Amino acid sequence: MSTRDVTDATFEQEVLNSEKTIMVDFWAEWCGPCRAVSPILDAIATENADKIDIVKLNVDDNPQTAMKYQITSIPAMKVFKRGEVVKTVIGAKPKPALEADLAEFLA
Amino acid sequence: MSERLPPGTHLVRNDMRHVIIIGSGPAGYTAAIYAARANLEPLVIASSVEFGGELMKTTEVENFPGFPEGIMGPDLMTRMQQQAERFGAEIVYDDVVSLELEGPVKSVTLGNGDRHEAHAVIFATGSAYRKLGIADEERLSGYGVSWCATCDGAFFRQKTVAVVGGGDSAMEEATFLTRFADKVYVIHRSETLRASAAMQDRARNDPKIEFVFNKTVEHIYGSDLVTGVGLVDTVTGEETTLDVSGLFIAIGADPRTHLVHGVVDLTEHGTIAVEGRSSRTSVEGVFAAGDVVDPTYRQAITAAGSGTVAALDAQHYLETLHDAARETASATA
Repeated sequence: MSTRDVTDATFEQEVLNSEKTIMVDFWAEWCGPCRAVSPILDAIATENADKIDIVKLNVDDNPQTAMKYQITSIPAMKVFKRGEVVKTVIGAKPKPALEADLAEFLA
Repeated sequence: MSERLPPGTHLVRNDMRHVIIIGSGPAGYTAAIYAARANLEPLVIASSVEFGGELMKTTEVENFPGFPEGIMGPDLMTRMQQQAERFGAEIVYDDVVSLELEGPVKSVTLGNGDRHEAHAVIFATGSAYRKLGIADEERLSGYGVSWCATCDGAFFRQKTVAVVGGGDSAMEEATFLTRFADKVYVIHRSETLRASAAMQDRARNDPKIEFVFNKTVEHIYGSDLVTGVGLVDTVTGEETTLDVSGLFIAIGADPRTHLVHGVVDLTEHGTIAVEGRSSRTSVEGVFAAGDVVDPTYRQAITAAGSGTVAALDAQHYLETLHDAARETASATA
């Protein structure tokens, strides 16, 4: 399964109330590194569909959530467990480096 | 961007090429265009997240000849990529994890496990942003400390931010940040800027930009997010603080040579050493181009020129190899 979009309106339902570990990729159209990391996140989501959900939040269209989580740099990837942020990864990284950062959630 | 394989369906490849080009900035792509047009079917290892190089993080490029109206950095790089592909270059969006450069056959291993061999390698890995090297820089990176104004500038609407540096990239970042921030300080360790006159003038004439000369950044303050910086005057030693929500670091870049340390000779500047005006490194069959060989000019157009030199040198080298092989064959026949 590849990544799907969440919005300010669906964030609580889809992310905060998620039973499953879920990672939100905060991104924007104009951010080159965000576009670069996007297919890598798709791959990680597909390969670990049983362990983690990965969703995307466009910071331009959804400023409330971006502000709430004090996003000042994108791509910013935040892992949520039962509504709490348990890990933040900032910046585009190659797949092995991202997998290492997320190792505890992919095991 | 060319097609990627669908995730999870990767087949490990192992093949032999004429030439492998590592890097996909102006040097790498220009080398690819020339090598492809010489029917060398180059393989370009473009990197998984940094393909296109530094220009992917810039906005308007106004000094690349042929674009009188300017062109966006990412658009310029996409055009170079398409031009290389048009003539038969193959581009792979992955990272080199190891290299074997000695001997007549070179090999390159990628993050996905593929191993490619070639008779010649062109190394065009560019440079990596320099850090200030002070406490809390790493901790607050992504929380107000940034190396990419075009990525992060929009999060500083109506805020006060600072840019550290005195070169073209510092001026560009500062000017770009005025779109969002109310106030942009440019902190520089001396009174002389390295930036081109055009870029300096634009920054100096911007009412939102204020220069803070003769200061170095010694501290970054903030628990969760940056709240300010501590400065030291390079002349008087006086310590001051500046309240800012963002700190953009643009103090230059270092050549990216970690893959070839101990294999290829470097210069005192840390760049790859090349012979005279050529791109020939200390290892036969290995050529280098772009910022990784250039401690001085570091422009898109000089990198592109240097990529041309590397492709022509590699082509000449491959022809010599080919001729030598033919002579050996006819001698033993």
